[in-house]
Amino acid sequence: MTRYILSRLGYMIFTFLLIASLTFFLMQTLPGSPFNDERLSEAQEKILNQRYGLDEPVAMQYFKYLGNVLVGELGVSFQFDGRSVTTIIGERIGVSAILGAQAMGLGLVLGGLLGIIAAVRHNTFMDYTAMIIAVLGLSIPNFVFAGLLQYWVGVRLQWLPVAFWQGFEYSILPTISLAAFVMATIARYMRSEMLDVLGQDYITTAHAKGVDRWKVIRKHGIRNAMIPIITIVGPLTVSLMTGTLVVEQIFSVPGLGEQFVNSILTNDYPVIMGVTLFFSLLFIAVIFVVDILYGIVDPRIRLSGGGRN
Amino acid sequence: MESLIQEFGFLEVDEISIPEQKLTDDLFEVERQLDKDVEVISQKPVSYLGDSWKRLKKNRGAIIGLVLIIIIIFLALAGPYMNSHEFDEQNLKISNLPPKVPALEHVPFLGLDGKDIEGQDTYAVKNVDGYYWFGTDNLGRDVWTRVWEGTRISLYIAFLAALLDLLIGVTYGSISAYYGGKIDNVMQRIIEVLIGVPNLIVIILLILVLQPGIVSITLAMVITGWVNMARIIRGQVLKLKGQEFVLASRTLGAGDTRLIWRHLIPNSIGPIIITTMFTIPTAIFTEAFLSFIGLGLQPPIASLGTIVNDGFELIQIYPHMLMFSSIIISLIMISFNLLGDGLRDAFDPKMRK
Amino acid sequence: MDKILSVKNLSVSFDTYAGVVQAVRNVSFDLDKGETLAIVGESGSGKSVMSKSLMGLIPQPPGKIDGEYIQYKNENILSFSKGKLRKLRGSEISIVFQDPMTSLNPTMTVKNQIIEGILTHNRISKKKAVARAIELLGLVGIHEPEKRINQYPHQFSGGMQQRVVIAMALACDPEILIADEPTTALDVTVQAQVIDLFKKIQKERGTSIVFITHDLGVVANIADRVAVMYAGKIVEIGKVEEIFYNPSHPYTKGLLKAMPNLRDSNSRLMSIPGSPPNLMHPPAGDAFALRNKAPLKIDFLYHPPMFKVTDTHEAATWLLHEKVGQEVENEIEDILLTEEEEKESVDQKVLGNKLLEVTDLKQHFNAGQNNEVRAVDGVSFEIYEGETFGLVGESGCGKSTTGRNLVNLYEATGGEIYFKGERLAKKNKVELHKQIQMIFQDPYSSLNPRWTVADIIAEGMDIHGLYKSEKERRKKVEDLLETVGLNPEHATRYPHEFSGGQRQRIGIARALAVEPEFIVADEPISALDVSIQAQVINLLNKLQKEQGLTYLFIAHDLSMVKHISDRVGVMYQGRMVEIAPSDELYENPLHPYTQSLLGAIPVPDPNSEKTRKKFKDVTWEKTGVEGEMREVFPDHFVSCTEEELEMYRKKGAFELVDS
Repeated sequence: MTRYILSRLGYMIFTFLLIASLTFFLMQTLPGSPFNDERLSEAQEKILNQRYGLDEPVAMQYFKYLGNVLVGELGVSFQFDGRSVTTIIGERIGVSAILGAQAMGLGLVLGGLLGIIAAVRHNTFMDYTAMIIAVLGLSIPNFVFAGLLQYWVGVRLQWLPVAFWQGFEYSILPTISLAAFVMATIARYMRSEMLDVLGQDYITTAHAKGVDRWKVIRKHGIRNAMIPIITIVGPLTVSLMTGTLVVEQIFSVPGLGEQFVNSILTNDYPVIMGVTLFFSLLFIAVIFVVDILYGIVDPRIRLSGGGRN
Repeated sequence: MESLIQEFGFLEVDEISIPEQKLTDDLFEVERQLDKDVEVISQKPVSYLGDSWKRLKKNRGAIIGLVLIIIIIFLALAGPYMNSHEFDEQNLKISNLPPKVPALEHVPFLGLDGKDIEGQDTYAVKNVDGYYWFGTDNLGRDVWTRVWEGTRISLYIAFLAALLDLLIGVTYGSISAYYGGKIDNVMQRIIEVLIGVPNLIVIILLILVLQPGIVSITLAMVITGWVNMARIIRGQVLKLKGQEFVLASRTLGAGDTRLIWRHLIPNSIGPIIITTMFTIPTAIFTEAFLSFIGLGLQPPIASLGTIVNDGFELIQIYPHMLMFSSIIISLIMISFNLLGDGLRDAFDPKMRK
Repeated sequence: MDKILSVKNLSVSFDTYAGVVQAVRNVSFDLDKGETLAIVGESGSGKSVMSKSLMGLIPQPPGKIDGEYIQYKNENILSFSKGKLRKLRGSEISIVFQDPMTSLNPTMTVKNQIIEGILTHNRISKKKAVARAIELLGLVGIHEPEKRINQYPHQFSGGMQQRVVIAMALACDPEILIADEPTTALDVTVQAQVIDLFKKIQKERGTSIVFITHDLGVVANIADRVAVMYAGKIVEIGKVEEIFYNPSHPYTKGLLKAMPNLRDSNSRLMSIPGSPPNLMHPPAGDAFALRNKAPLKIDFLYHPPMFKVTDTHEAATWLLHEKVGQEVENEIEDILLTEEEEKESVDQKVLGNKLLEVTDLKQHFNAGQNNEVRAVDGVSFEIYEGETFGLVGESGCGKSTTGRNLVNLYEATGGEIYFKGERLAKKNKVELHKQIQMIFQDPYSSLNPRWTVADIIAEGMDIHGLYKSEKERRKKVEDLLETVGLNPEHATRYPHEFSGGQRQRIGIARALAVEPEFIVADEPISALDVSIQAQVINLLNKLQKEQGLTYLFIAHDLSMVKHISDRVGVMYQGRMVEIAPSDELYENPLHPYTQSLLGAIPVPDPNSEKTRKKFKDVTWEKTGVEGEMREVFPDHFVSCTEEELEMYRKKGAFELVDS
């Protein structure tokens, strides 16, 4: 198990370095990046020179940059003069985290329930309904869904606020918009895993012991079906992160995603780079945690010391 | 004898107690004229693909998806030529017209009568003759023409990206699995690193550098997109490689080319098609997403994504601009997902859930 | 005896995607208190479905159960509510499934899985339940149960897992234990131990056991009474001796003749033609009539009722009707005898020159860092022209790997293989692939599902350019189909349209297409039903006679190996432990592993099963001292040390002990 964790950790660090390097070299070639911008003021140029050593060879700059990244020093925003990217991320991340966590929670619970019901009531009306909901959730792009919600629930029906972030009710529509995809994905996976598990011999064995049907579904079915579900939480986190870019923009939520999109529109490269790295780190960390968790939850891996595959 | 079997057919006669007088003596003789060849296959020969198609036809969702895809592709090709408006023909005098369709304009609840959300007939107000089926946008361009033109661009990007994914993924995956050993090991490590990279982030970075365009957007999607296909093909080839029919072919002296092209690839067609069916909607979504965060195609070229994005600006006053492009992009996504699901069931009946 | 369970007119059908399958049709039988009733049948005969339906384990829908009653303790199980059924399950009737690996929940400790049943039916504390579980584990023969109870299923070996499953089934001291092929997934030595466990349980607790199996040897070993199922019906039921020594139904007779007998070496196998009927459209009349070599006319019209043979023996065949006279009986006997004589004309084989020589073959696989699997670890043997060399051993002993080495599917890690005096590694590959061919195990994965039968069979001819025109190719394919007993018109069909036995014939035709001299048959019958196995074995024998083929026959079924082979090699953990002519090996096994293997094979003969001498229950482990292959008696080689060699020569064999 220890070896497994260490090897995953190795991958994690390597991947992050790869993304950091990619970011650096892409920005090197980019007109208007902090490394070659004619718009810079004297003062800014001086600060940048100090920080990145722009007069030094590229290799030196690269290592200096990596060093800075590793201590969380991500540079200074163009748009908000003199404010460090780290501070901006710090200010914005809270809102996005709340939004993301709510959406993930809602999606997991609803999707899980939908999937379980569909599997237990396999090939019935409930199953079909659940799967139609899932296909719609998977197919309708989040900006379309968010736009629809905003227009109907916010503008036409006026049940909930259309935009901004001033309390829980402001978070409802963005959360639902984000959760739809998570819910649909989880529902589909949960259903197919549950069907798979419910067809296993040990389920029949449990029934043969005389255990109550719902207890069998709970103790043997759901528990085993949930183990593989853990692995898709990683990819879902990415979809949530990219989802926030769109949804925060639509609902004017002052989160990291909105900041990112605005930075793209205003060519605020240090922020773009910083947020990119931050998102990558978050994603890599989630994948790492998921891998470890998978190993812990499944005794076949925990006790044999190998990874999945 | 033949006639007797036919006469009684597949009747379940054993439940009925047989009256004694029916058990005549001649029945207790040995049947000698029995057709020796008892194992005749009577159904028509069915190939694997034919069998899959038969199963697909039974799946209502998949057929709806398939029909929708055909209609959408047809309209994407022919739609812009179905009226006389050009897709970038601007005329501010006729801007923001709501949709109006001949005949359907008399059906009140459809909202295709040229009236805006206030109930005013904009066509009359602006003194416009003729019909704009999906209305016009804020620059007076015909939405119908633009939407289908955009659909065509979006589909083009999606198909191109899916095709490149397929080529790279199939090659990479099959080489990795077929040669195995050290080659596979190294190729797998590379994949494992790439999986850890959040692909939309990489796409955004690349577009920032390359500047948005049909080619750059496609390439950016392909750079990380092929990994999924490669993994699926690797798994499939690994599975097939150990199958006894492949071993049999090797014992008969078959070379690599024969094994790959006659055994491995034909038996991987199912997963390849299915994966492609799911790559296409993902690519359409990604392209639209890029437009939404300001990295989409630049005018005068327009994709579905840029049209949706334009529509958002006027959502509260002129919802029709957003509505049609949104419906079409959603329909494309839904149809490909339905068809993909259907194909998965059709190709692998054991997996049928 | 008291009846504990009584089943009357039970039917089970399934509404599937393709149509309604009538899996069990009008089955009636009784189960006595404390007896073991074996239910025998081939795959798809409905035996497993029937047993599950006894305790309401058939999911409805798609299943549908009909019948008059299943009477248990004066109550009709068929009329039970769901709650009442649940109370019955586990506490009154419990079940053990075929594959212990899948019948245990992989993410739950053994402890929790055992006490789950106990706590469901008894109002006792968890602590008491755990104590009971530990006691049960001890009872089924698991050492250190206190420690092992906290482990997960994957930490047990296959045989131990099955013991855990049995412990689980016994948790609430049920009256009836249903065992659904409980030994099929196990190796033969482990199977013997598990069967002994069932016997012990029955003796000590008086549990009634319904034992479902396709293996007549196991039946002879364990059963008091036997019910034979065919196409969803019980066609014959009676005491075990009655079924084995006085079978009445043509199917039972055929089945018994299709099984090779370890003791009787010269009898030829009688195959049953065709394959079982499709239960979506069960034929009218006697379902077996179409495969019966001498059916009556009435067999095609009406299904026969159960006729009494003795008070304890009944069979559903019109042959027992009073109107069947002596004349008809004689006629049937004649038909069957001519069939038997045709097969009888086999003359003694004369061994030719040495065809193949394997010296010190090694095949190691790399399984991750510092982890080498020595699948084959120094194996030597010779095969002579025209003979069949059998290779036996339990799963994982390296027998299949050895076979694959001979057809060059693996590059050997060490050692040499000589074919006709030439080193295999140096040999022209094209020639090699024409001269040595292979028949595979799994009739489902051994044929490319995308190809027509003609293309599959012709693949070797395509590769080596063995025909001049398309017409010649077609002609050759049709001839080959004819040779293996298939209809040449089926050349354009796809593999999924054929049954398992037919697919195996297609595989044989594919191997024959390049006109090889030597064929490696890798477990060619282990995936087939008994009645079909005999067809394939007879076909292989016929081909050998006609075309002078040499076989390496790999199998784990020792009785089949003995039947078909001239000489047999026994493998254990990657090494050869004994090679001898097959009769010699079975009469005078020397190596302790061979002895334990032979002692474990169940023989389809109840009397001999009950009285037969057993070799000392040897649990032989590979010792550090590696023996060498030494010739103890002429042509009889054993892996042993010098001292052991002396001992073998003196004593002949280890002592025989009465079991």
